[in-house]
Amino acid sequence: MTATTDAPASPAREFGETVLQAKGVVMRFGGLTAVNDVDLIVREGEIVGLIGPNGAGKTTFFNCLTGLYKPTEGEVTFKGAILPPKPRKVVLAGMARTFQNIRLFGNMTALENVMVGRYCRTSAAGFTSIIRGPKFRREEAETRARAQELLDYVGLGKSGEYLARNMPYGDQRRLEIARALATDPQLLLLDEPTAGMNPQETRQAMELIFKIRDSGIAVVVIEHDMRFIFTLCDRVLCLVRGETLVQGSPAEVQSDPRVIEAYIGTGDEDDEEAAEVERELDELDKRFPAEHPDDAKRTTDYPHDSRGATEGEGGRQ
Amino acid sequence: MSDRLDSLRERYGRLGWPLGLAGAVLLAAGTFLSWSYVATILGNLSVYVYPGSVQLFALFLALVAIAFLLMYRGPLHRLGDWFKSALAVRTLGLGSAVFMTIVLLLIAVQSGGLINIDPGGWVSWLGSLLLAVGGQLMEVRAIKDPIYARLPGWVEILVIVILLALALFGSAFALGQEDGSVFLLFFVALGTAIWALASCGFFTWIGILAARHRRVLMLGAFVVAFLFPFTQGGSDANMSIATQVIIFAATAMGLNIVVGLAGLLDLGYIAFLGAGAYTAAVLSDSAFATVGWKPPFLLVVLIGACVSATLGLIIGTPTLRVSGDYLAIVTLAFGEIFRLTMGNLDGSNGPNLTRGPNGIPAIPDLVVFGWDFGETHTVAGIPLGRFANYYFLLLIFAAFVITVFVRLNNSRIGRGWVAIREDEKAAEAMGVNVFGLKLFAFSSGAFLAGMAGTVKAHQDVSVTPDQYVFLNSAFLLAAIVLGGMGTVAGVLIGSAILQVLPEKLRFISDYRLLIFGLLLVVMMRFRPEGIIASQRRKLEFHEEDQELAERIEEIHLEEEEVSS
Repeated sequence: MTATTDAPASPAREFGETVLQAKGVVMRFGGLTAVNDVDLIVREGEIVGLIGPNGAGKTTFFNCLTGLYKPTEGEVTFKGAILPPKPRKVVLAGMARTFQNIRLFGNMTALENVMVGRYCRTSAAGFTSIIRGPKFRREEAETRARAQELLDYVGLGKSGEYLARNMPYGDQRRLEIARALATDPQLLLLDEPTAGMNPQETRQAMELIFKIRDSGIAVVVIEHDMRFIFTLCDRVLCLVRGETLVQGSPAEVQSDPRVIEAYIGTGDEDDEEAAEVERELDELDKRFPAEHPDDAKRTTDYPHDSRGATEGEGGRQ
Repeated sequence: MSDRLDSLRERYGRLGWPLGLAGAVLLAAGTFLSWSYVATILGNLSVYVYPGSVQLFALFLALVAIAFLLMYRGPLHRLGDWFKSALAVRTLGLGSAVFMTIVLLLIAVQSGGLINIDPGGWVSWLGSLLLAVGGQLMEVRAIKDPIYARLPGWVEILVIVILLALALFGSAFALGQEDGSVFLLFFVALGTAIWALASCGFFTWIGILAARHRRVLMLGAFVVAFLFPFTQGGSDANMSIATQVIIFAATAMGLNIVVGLAGLLDLGYIAFLGAGAYTAAVLSDSAFATVGWKPPFLLVVLIGACVSATLGLIIGTPTLRVSGDYLAIVTLAFGEIFRLTMGNLDGSNGPNLTRGPNGIPAIPDLVVFGWDFGETHTVAGIPLGRFANYYFLLLIFAAFVITVFVRLNNSRIGRGWVAIREDEKAAEAMGVNVFGLKLFAFSSGAFLAGMAGTVKAHQDVSVTPDQYVFLNSAFLLAAIVLGGMGTVAGVLIGSAILQVLPEKLRFISDYRLLIFGLLLVVMMRFRPEGIIASQRRKLEFHEEDQELAERIEEIHLEEEEVSS
């Protein structure tokens, strides 16, 4: 397995400071090395895609970043400080995530779910909750208002009173994003945000992620939908069997023959899937000519119609 | 089974209403006749012309059934739009059939033969059977959503007040029944009526009313509880039971924080009550108290609560990292360790703190602000005995515990607890301090139990280790599960049922555990969310909430159409 050490910090576009830096992250479970020596840098205002075939270690890598796992080797720094491997402290530092298989609090309402996200940014303790002084009431009202605001932001403003478990699938995904946003993150990690969505929902999700990015939050996204990833991301990291295969601009990654090979395999075990991926990649090639990936400004990273749609639909919420 | 019932309903559905009405009328008519040849069974059932004793219960059931039948079809038709009267009739039919069968069996057994049942008994029995069959045949009509039922505000408050007054007199009446069988029959009749009201949707409406007038309801409930001793005319017999109920309820409410909100299974909770009680005992004026320091009672309450909470912290810190079954086992062991330790601190195996298995007897009654709890005081001409005094004190405690429970539940802390119960990993990933919150739940529950324990020590006069056996923890847990986890009203009702039934049904005391076990099994099968369901729990246990899900889906589709 050849890992390209295409320097992660190739300064293609103007981004802010480094938010997250993972250096040489290794995660072993007994004899199995799920993640092997992966580097990742995420800067302010950037959307980074994480792709790779099933079992490549994407989610494991996510779990290393968010403190669910303690990496066997390597270190993760957030804004220059080493992150402790405790999910709670990671969230406090400013990094929030969603889950591949939606993990909402099913028997709480949508609004309550988002209010739980505010937990780490509020401070009312047991005693104050019982006494209920003016400070407690103010904080409670603020929490509620902020949660409602976030529901409006992701387009669920009217669904606040529904139990999370009863919401349609696409709405649950968006609710999970709202809940993550409630923790005031500077970096949002999305684990397959469009899995199982229909094309329309996928488009809405994409718009939402752009909107989040534009509000100054860096985003790392795991995704299998290639069109989604190459339209959305400023940079793409491809993992295969726990190792970095390629890292670079979407154009570089999609034109890399090894990526196609990794997805399709050299054999012919799954022709249909292979053909489909190839078709998609071809289509992408046509839509985004990749002659000058380095000069590309952010506005050319996705088609104008999509941007227009973002703005046009923005008024909907 | 239900398929066959459905096809029967389709074929003979028209017969349901007349059958039911005939049955209800027969049931009512029968109560005016003699039921039993022997005059000494279940009060006096051998009188013609007017109903008496348990016949009144049957008459009550019949009248309620007639009212619902007339709502289904007849003059009360318009009311029937709001209530599923067919379901109520079904429940009443089954309940009254069970009721009448028990009555006839009791008469037959106690008098020595079926021959001693008079025609009236058979008439009523036949009536109840007809009512049951008729109810089963009646089709359920669609109703309007009770949320749209709006009455003037004062009428709604009046309804709440009437219900509370009924609860007060009902409980006073029930506790006044000396005869266990009569009490059992009253319980069956009342349970049937309540179940019928619940199945027709009446309580949904009451729930909406209660949500609209929460303060009125809370205040009203407190006033009713406060007035209860005045209905007893100075008798201590029932007050002792009422005091037991309230102490049990306050403790269960503390456990409800741990189990119902935070979702931690604690099987050794009684130890915290014991810790409070022992603290109060060793600091009391009893001649057998082992500590020389005698602080005032209010301070003892605080010390007892803190001792208990500290124990909670000590046991919680290492064990709350494990979850589920493991936590249950550890807490179970803790409860036993507490009991054994208290039984061994007798001077020969360690310091003499608790006087071992003998416990600390002769704890004097409380005297707080010059009010001697041991004396009978006369207020407004009604004598209030020793237990009534403790009852008032415990009532204040219970109000405090309920306030703490409700306020914690509706706060950041409460949301964190529910989140942990729902999905611990996700809660942690959202920045909820899982361990801290669990520890807080554990120790605040212990704190409240410790408080209750300090009063219990004085009220029980003596404190011994065998009052704090595992069985009591199990009963506390059963009260919560039976009543409805995470609710206030449910736990109060569950505690009342679990404490009052064994007191009143002495004749089944040998089978007490068996009956509770069966009750819990039946409950888990048919209503796992408990008597009073919190909204969350209800959905948790009834996964296939298709109706609601579809309704939401529809609204969304409409929105999509509008926006596109």
